[in-house]
Amino acid sequence: MTAEPLPEHPDFLWRNPEPRSSYDVVIVGAGGHGLATAYYLAKNHGITNVAVLEKGWLAGGNMARNTTIIRSNYLWDESAAIYEYALKLWEGLPEELDYDFLFSQRGVLNLAHSLQDVREGVRRVNANRLNGVDAQWLEPDEVAKVCPILNLSSRTRYPVLGGTFQPRAGIAKHDHVAWALARRADEIGVDLIQGCEVTGFLKDGDRVVGVETNRGRILAGRVGLASAGHSSVLAERAGVRLPVQSHPLQALVSELHEPVHPTVVMSNHVHVYVSQAHKGELVMGAGVDSYNGYGQRGSFHVIEQQMAAAVELFPVFARAHVLRTWGGIVDVTPDASPIIGTTPVENLYVNCGWGTGGFKATPAAGWTFAHTIATGEPHPLNAPFALERFATGALIDEHGAAAVAH
Amino acid sequence: MLLISCPWCGPRDETEYHYGGQAHVPYPETTADLTDEQWAEYVFYRDNPKGPFAERWMHSTGCRRWFNVLRDTVTYEVLSSYRLDEPRPELPQAGGNNR
Ligand SMILES: Cc1cc2nc3c(=O)[nH]c(=O)nc-3n(C[C@H](O)[C@H](O)[C@H](O)COP(=O)(O)OP(=O)(O)OC[C@H]3O[C@@H](n4cnc5c(N)ncnc54)[C@H](O)[C@@H]3O)c2cc1C
Ligand SMILES: [Zn+2]
Repeated sequence: MTAEPLPEHPDFLWRNPEPRSSYDVVIVGAGGHGLATAYYLAKNHGITNVAVLEKGWLAGGNMARNTTIIRSNYLWDESAAIYEYALKLWEGLPEELDYDFLFSQRGVLNLAHSLQDVREGVRRVNANRLNGVDAQWLEPDEVAKVCPILNLSSRTRYPVLGGTFQPRAGIAKHDHVAWALARRADEIGVDLIQGCEVTGFLKDGDRVVGVETNRGRILAGRVGLASAGHSSVLAERAGVRLPVQSHPLQALVSELHEPVHPTVVMSNHVHVYVSQAHKGELVMGAGVDSYNGYGQRGSFHVIEQQMAAAVELFPVFARAHVLRTWGGIVDVTPDASPIIGTTPVENLYVNCGWGTGGFKATPAAGWTFAHTIATGEPHPLNAPFALERFATGALIDEHGAAAVAH
Repeated sequence: MLLISCPWCGPRDETEYHYGGQAHVPYPETTADLTDEQWAEYVFYRDNPKGPFAERWMHSTGCRRWFNVLRDTVTYEVLSSYRLDEPRPELPQAGGNNR
């Protein structure tokens, strides 16, 4: 076995146009969600007079920093519906975009280490099946077959008592996903504008009519925010308060190794998740830093704890060297579910609050957000994820299935 | 790792503490009259500033008391820590939730 080489990508991916003075739709943020929204606005709704404005470089935010895990084994009906829709889109996307971004359905194993974990896991498997999501409960001997390098000794501090397994889940090469979406959106006529920070909004009464940027004013029929960690800072400038808190979330990779780790393993209880990238690095993550922050770096004690957990679960990793650590800023909501929908400001739409888990949703976030912007109404898949749920109380509490502490 | 000063025990590592989110969020006074939106505001909506932020921390492995910290959310500099019965210190550069 040798590690897979990365696919070649074409030299020319997108133009770098000057911003025009007006667009039908302006999307703020060229992460995966902003790019997918632009792509589906064009593809599903024929709206091509669109600009995606990015303050840094294309897909340099959380899109470039995440651990690329894709799965749909969420607990509640609303979440299972939208994440499973995303997973189905992922399954067709490499062909549709004609770009091999190494979507690898190697499965995701969520380990249980306590009786409570076991009960929660079995309940989730049953809920998933009722929602048409592939899910299995595995006893420890079955876990061993899926991931032979896991330490299944009963003498560890938190022995593995079983796990949930979603075979269709997996990973994808995140920056290639962004480039694939960007290339196609660009071909259809969308302007992708880097180095363009939105600093304010142009309003006519209660209606947004454009944005202020460091490169001048840009008029817009409709404006969609897809600015992840900065969503509340930005929305506030339009007079909209969002129930999100920004936290640093970090990840790390080891040096390259021969392929040893066949699936994705996550543990909520001892708090680490590990997969092996196509080139061979071990990719690891854990929970968010407890405090609010915009510093794009994480605390060292989080690394220390996740390493301790990883080495106990995978003794074979004990001598692996860490090559690189980095952090992103994620916006977390009180129920650990996203907000996608309208705002109290007319023609201003928001897609945010994906917290630690929005990469997997990229195609469905784009699909539903494009629908909402194009029609002014939510798609049935994102209707439950409206801002209003915090006042009505119809929360979608996914803290358990989010699989990362926050 | 942050170095936070407990008003009772002095400077200790972040790992000794538990984070409690935004400080100075008073329980509403006329609760019977609140609309759903006002309740949502109290329960779910918090400030999320880039810059100085007044927040609560608890010294969980020490004296187990809650106190407030003024911290910059961009530089992570701890600007001040103070007891719950003390007012938020005035800082020339302070923004955030000083209302
Ligand atoms: C360490 C880490 C690990 C993660 N692991 C996973 C995982 O395994 N699986 C998973 O599903 N999710 C994961 N996530 C979460 C996922 O990355 C995010 O939920 C997702 O990327 C958010 O959507 P986005 O792609 O639009 O965000 P981003 O890529 O962050 O895009 C937002 C963009 O908006 C831009 N922006 C912000 N403000 C402005 C402004 N004023 N003007 C112009 N542009 C602006 C930013 O520069 C940024 O490029 C992880 C996140 C992190 C940080
Ligand atoms: Zn103390």
